[in-house]
Amino acid sequence: MGDKVVLLDVWASPFGMRVRIALAEKGIKYEYKEEDLGKKSPLLLEMNPVHKKIPVLIHNGKPICESLSIVQYIDEVWRDKSPFLPSDPYQIAHARFWADFVDKKIYDSGRKIWLTKGQEQEAAKKDFLECLKLLEGELGDKPYFGGDCFGYVDVAVVPFYSGFYAYETCGNFSMEKECPKLVAWGKRCLQKESVAKSLPDQQKIYDFVLQLKKRLGIE
Amino acid sequence: MLLSLSLSLSLSLSLSLSLSLSLSHGSEAVWEWSSPFVRRVEVALEIEGVEYQYMEEDLQHKSSLLLKYNPVHKKVPVLLHNGKPIAEPLVIMEYIDEAWKDNPIPPQDPFERAEARFWAKFIDDKIYFPFSPLNGLDLIHLLCLPSLWRTFRSKEKEREKTMEEASENLKILENELKDKRFFGGETIGLVDFAAKIIAYWVQVIQEVTGVEIMSSQKFPVLLKWIVELLSCNVVKETLPPKDKLAARYRSLPGRR
Repeated sequence: MGDKVVLLDVWASPFGMRVRIALAEKGIKYEYKEEDLGKKSPLLLEMNPVHKKIPVLIHNGKPICESLSIVQYIDEVWRDKSPFLPSDPYQIAHARFWADFVDKKIYDSGRKIWLTKGQEQEAAKKDFLECLKLLEGELGDKPYFGGDCFGYVDVAVVPFYSGFYAYETCGNFSMEKECPKLVAWGKRCLQKESVAKSLPDQQKIYDFVLQLKKRLGIE
Repeated sequence: MLLSLSLSLSLSLSLSLSLSLSLSHGSEAVWEWSSPFVRRVEVALEIEGVEYQYMEEDLQHKSSLLLKYNPVHKKVPVLLHNGKPIAEPLVIMEYIDEAWKDNPIPPQDPFERAEARFWAKFIDDKIYFPFSPLNGLDLIHLLCLPSLWRTFRSKEKEREKTMEEASENLKILENELKDKRFFGGETIGLVDFAAKIIAYWVQVIQEVTGVEIMSSQKFPVLLKWIVELLSCNVVKETLPPKDKLAARYRSLPGRR
């Protein structure tokens, strides 16, 4: 078609995974560039000068930043194939609300489970599990957050599934016991090719977290 | 298309009354008058020509309506459209744009839209946050954490650091604005709505705290934009009276 699409990303980033899934769902060919966050490339600094963060999607030379924004952009531009967002404005708002919830609540508390100890970790665990239970409530008995079809909220949440083993091991609890519905949903999503090829193995994420802890001098 | 009611909800108003009114009418908004997030939504509604009902919330005694419609965050604003709730200011703004197609809120091009979302989020995360102890939304937190307020007020060094960060972020915004009349170009767009807090609330905060955050030497472009924005009818009409807002901030506990 003549579209040039480049993704600046880091393999372990759940935010980057969202974009990979979105691109795969739409069947878009792109060039993947792995960034070293310790030594950010001039391209990254040029394309996201404000935050200097990944992921950044570069479409025909123009940068789009912030993972959820990128996913919406992809959905709007490549509208014809596998739409993520519903067409009804109320349902769109509902989906955006939950994706925003994940960003505000899940990432930070999850990270604290990995990187803190004692009381701080316990507090983070409580927060984290409360949020996951809210998510489970939203999922209900539907196969996906999007209903019968994999949708926007699924794209937003599923990357965190690859962190489940790391969360439960560091936090000393069982995901299966605490959030069985989410675990079942995660497995269901992994059956989709776009998700399977975009999400790293749970063990790999756990190893990554261990390395991170060592580097930061934790435990 | 949608009709309105004007109803001011106070704690004494019975729930059944508000529900029966909502049956025959369109959209309602639940919010708190001094919140800039709320005002931002109001401007969007005004631009679309939607009539709406304004329901005042007392954030110290949240109504069962608010808790029912925003059980996750328990915050204002909440828009009720035909009884269905929508929460989170940016989500509401996009919803208004999509549900009332007559006056689309610019920009509409996907790439520009993505850019606008970026800047709106930047404003929310980087500009509101340093001032968040001072807006109506966090009033309830403030009351529970007077130490937070005292920190902001009294710890010179910490306050300086906060101010420095705010200054840097405002500079980034100033660079983004450049020669444009509004963030949206020639007309007001999504980002201008999101940035309203700077235009008005920061000025009031400066007056009340005596701390200068935005001087005309450091931020000439932003100050010019403020004048432009505040002269738009649609914006003017949705601003709370300055003295009322200032009085509200002055009366916050732990002050002086």
